[in-house]
Amino acid sequence: MKIHVHTRVNGEATEFLCAADRSLLEVLRDELQLTGTKEGCSTGDCGACSVMLDGRLVCSCLVLAPEVDGRSIETIEGVAKGDQIHVLQRKFLEHAALQCGICTPGFIIAAKALLERNPDPSEEETRYWLAGNLCRCTGYDKIIHAVLDAAADLRGETR
Amino acid sequence: MERAPLEEVRYESPTTIAHAAQLLGEPGARVLAGGTDLIVQMRTGRTAPRVFVDVKRIPELCRIHLDASKLWLGAAVPAALVVENRDANELFPGLVEAVDLIGSTQIQGRASVGGNLCNSSPAADTVPALIAIGAVCVIAGPEGERRVPVESFNSAPGRNVLGAGELLVGFEIPRPPARTADAYLRFIPRTEMDIAVVGAGVSVTLDASGVCTHARVVLGAVAPTAFLVPAAASALVGSRGEDAALARAAAASSEAARPIDDKRGTIVYRRKVSGVLTKRAAAAAFERARGARTR
Repeated sequence: MKIHVHTRVNGEATEFLCAADRSLLEVLRDELQLTGTKEGCSTGDCGACSVMLDGRLVCSCLVLAPEVDGRSIETIEGVAKGDQIHVLQRKFLEHAALQCGICTPGFIIAAKALLERNPDPSEEETRYWLAGNLCRCTGYDKIIHAVLDAAADLRGETR
Repeated sequence: MERAPLEEVRYESPTTIAHAAQLLGEPGARVLAGGTDLIVQMRTGRTAPRVFVDVKRIPELCRIHLDASKLWLGAAVPAALVVENRDANELFPGLVEAVDLIGSTQIQGRASVGGNLCNSSPAADTVPALIAIGAVCVIAGPEGERRVPVESFNSAPGRNVLGAGELLVGFEIPRPPARTADAYLRFIPRTEMDIAVVGAGVSVTLDASGVCTHARVVLGAVAPTAFLVPAAASALVGSRGEDAALARAAAASSEAARPIDDKRGTIVYRRKVSGVLTKRAAAAAFERARGARTR
């Protein structure tokens, strides 16, 4: 029997039907067509499926879809405002902080969560915060620089 | 384990302990707290739950609260909330240290201390830390409520004292006496995102002149379950944490360790590291206890 779930995704009231053992990641991608959230390992190791659940950074592969009833979800699709991309997205482009791009939505969501808590993180704090996001292309340096540059930009500084 | 047909799998989110206990009496029922072990085990085919009992809508399991005699830590409270909690940081820095070592930021948003214990891994980081501070499990079930000290909860890798229909509700952690502090250290071959090769939790209580009157030393990942090392604790009692006492405690821990050889470390290496971490964690606990406020 399918379960009827009412939730909010990127501020919009949303409902879907799912089996008890479907993950939030599967529902986002396959039912709601929000394919910006990527599937990497599906065991919580890579961070490609990162989303915000009630303001908390989580791996959507390790959340069962029925759990989000009455909760609020933010995905990569909610980060840009219309045509206006987020400063993190702009800095990732400027620093060439992506190659294949599979890890990028997860990194943007995780980095945004960091900067909302700590507008001025050190490089070390940034590297530890993002330790659950894996990238096999960039070697991480460009990503870290993009995040620190975005943080400076958000603080109104130039680096 | 046989996989249940899809249509039989149910998701339940009880709001009371009694309802959860009733559901957990059903065949194939599993507790879903943070899901960071259960869902992984399900995806890799190690388990096939028939009923997911999501316990995160039960208020007692989601609360962290300090009263006059103890800290209450609900079994399903996510790691991130423990790390952010002011009382936990002030009273039990070693526990917070252990909780903060678990997984990534994403994992800490979901994974709970209760789940870490109930997964019954010998290498679970929070377990030695909980034992060091005398945490007691509150378990609810069909026969009512019972209390089990954390050191008696796990019986073997993957096994614990929970029976059918029983549920870990949370932990009662007694408020520490004056000049008491804890510390937890683990060794992994990298700096983040790994499983302990050895873990050591220590709690010490000092008298007004700085002499240790009470100690608990606990090792993880070097036996089928985390365990107390009374001989190491005895070596610390009566001392001020000077090198000779720390060395005796270290020797006692190395002696007590009963590790296995595996890809993470050899028996000889783990025995050695058990002593080293005992010494370092004890030194940190003494340092903190000297600075701790008189509560």
